[in-house]
Amino acid sequence: MKKIFKKSPLLLDPVTHYCPGCGHGIVHRLVCEVIEELNITEKVLAIAPVGCAVLAYDYWDFDTTEAAHGRPLAVATGIKRMRPDLIVFTYQGDGDLAAIGTAETVHAANRGEDLTCIFVNNGVYGMTGGQMAPTTLLGQRTTTCKSGRDKKRDGYPLKISEMLAVLDGVCYIERTAVNKPKNVILTKKAIKRAFVNQIEGKGFSMVEIISQCPTYWALTPEEAVDKIENEIIKETPLGVIKDV
Amino acid sequence: MTKNNQKDKNRVLMVGNHIIGQAAIEAGCKFYAGYPITPQNELTAYMADNMPEAGGVFIQAESELAAISMIFGASVIGERVMTSSSSPGISLKQEGISYLAACKLPAVIVNMQRGGPGLGNISPAQSDYFQATKGGGHGDYHTVVLAPNGSQELFDLTYLAFDLADIYRTPVLVLGDGVLGQMAEPVTLKPSFKHEKTKVDKSWALAQTKNKEPKVVKSLFLEYGALENLNKELKKTYDIIESNEVRAETFYIDDCEIILVAFGATSRICKKVMMTLRNEGLKIGMIRPITLWPFPKKIISDAAHKKVKFLVVEMNMGQMVEDVRMAVFGKSEVHFYGRTAGIIPSEKEIIKKIRSLS
Repeated sequence: MKKIFKKSPLLLDPVTHYCPGCGHGIVHRLVCEVIEELNITEKVLAIAPVGCAVLAYDYWDFDTTEAAHGRPLAVATGIKRMRPDLIVFTYQGDGDLAAIGTAETVHAANRGEDLTCIFVNNGVYGMTGGQMAPTTLLGQRTTTCKSGRDKKRDGYPLKISEMLAVLDGVCYIERTAVNKPKNVILTKKAIKRAFVNQIEGKGFSMVEIISQCPTYWALTPEEAVDKIENEIIKETPLGVIKDV
Repeated sequence: MTKNNQKDKNRVLMVGNHIIGQAAIEAGCKFYAGYPITPQNELTAYMADNMPEAGGVFIQAESELAAISMIFGASVIGERVMTSSSSPGISLKQEGISYLAACKLPAVIVNMQRGGPGLGNISPAQSDYFQATKGGGHGDYHTVVLAPNGSQELFDLTYLAFDLADIYRTPVLVLGDGVLGQMAEPVTLKPSFKHEKTKVDKSWALAQTKNKEPKVVKSLFLEYGALENLNKELKKTYDIIESNEVRAETFYIDDCEIILVAFGATSRICKKVMMTLRNEGLKIGMIRPITLWPFPKKIISDAAHKKVKFLVVEMNMGQMVEDVRMAVFGKSEVHFYGRTAGIIPSEKEIIKKIRSLS
């Protein structure tokens, strides 16, 4: 039998802490594959977030540091400014990147830091039990908006990718999803692009990846990927938001 | 800076905030991030002017939270790093200081204190003593706290801070105040203490080519007992620091009836008071803690007996006095005199307080 697919050796095999149907495992794999294919393993330094991916370093076979909640891009700035030879990327969720870390995100992007940001957006705080996130859609129910996100009470979903796209320091932002094979392939392409931009010294690159959270969307894994297709990407369309 | 002595090119007149910056550069600081706040802005500007030429990186961060996180990043890869601020800004940095301590990352943090609480004012104060010496941020940790009281010590202790941070893999605080930062005094821009280039193993750092296995820097320990093990390790380091690094200056403590205890700018005033009163024949001595943590407990404890009274003078409502009382442990009377909110106690006021004790 011919082997047509194998796991990247950079993706380790601990007992997973992710829930069944979670999108993080796919994104972890894609990041590892891209790093392997670009042959930059020795130069990579990752920053793991606070949130569901807090244990990212348990799954990755390259140097990784943690950062306080919301601060990965500030930590990344310190590393990259000191060691421009390294390939530095942050892996962040929506609460980390677009709520508590909004200032760090905006300013790292605006300084045009030569960094790659992998932004996994599932519209909910997963690690802490399903609270409303900055990207929670109107009407979406969470433990802190049980009747659904209400624009009067909770404000609107934060369009952080569109916000960042207007900044001159940003060279590339694309929104993708990991709900079906085609989108997974496009996500990998986008991740690769965001790393290549850094290798070429082009400035700040970010991939916003819409990812499924069956547990805190109270859906089965199948229903969750359908929700992305039928609801979420209608509100937040996939595609290149900025490319210069 | 103005050269006031042609014979010694290292001897210059400089304001305190600049001295700290130059000491950091001399000590090999390669990364500095800061955010504007009075009364330490001269230090940030000095680093902006001088870091690039020294082969280092300067960043004006978007906040104190970002600044401390940036130095966290540069420390993770083994560089010598510093940030500075004043009281309200240091409150924001506590998040990062706790993470630095937990991840055992060396870093130097300078606090040129101003009046508080809240926005307070921009005048000198010593009211962050509790915050500096009792942890400051969340969790079971300490930072080394160095309290200079003049130009040469601003240089020496900043320089030393980098060595201590590397040796013990811990954040080190330089605790100054608005007086020390703004005052210009002559200084020699070389460490005045005997100093050998400290060679420290930094094989723990990330992104080192000689590392064979991938490394992780983290402070999350979920397995039963793992976090307690970290805290025990940290405690072991703190115990070593407490036995090796206590620094204090003492005057006439074997020949006095009243012992003043003061640190930083206040100790300069108290020393003057002591000299004035000794000239009048009053038996008065002084203990000046240079390290606020580790605190010179034994020196104070050994000086305490029932025939001596302590007077602790601070620019706050009474903070270090609690540590003095603990060290004295009831063997002597302990009194306190303090001015706060940016008001500096005068010699006259302190003398009046001393006379009221005898």
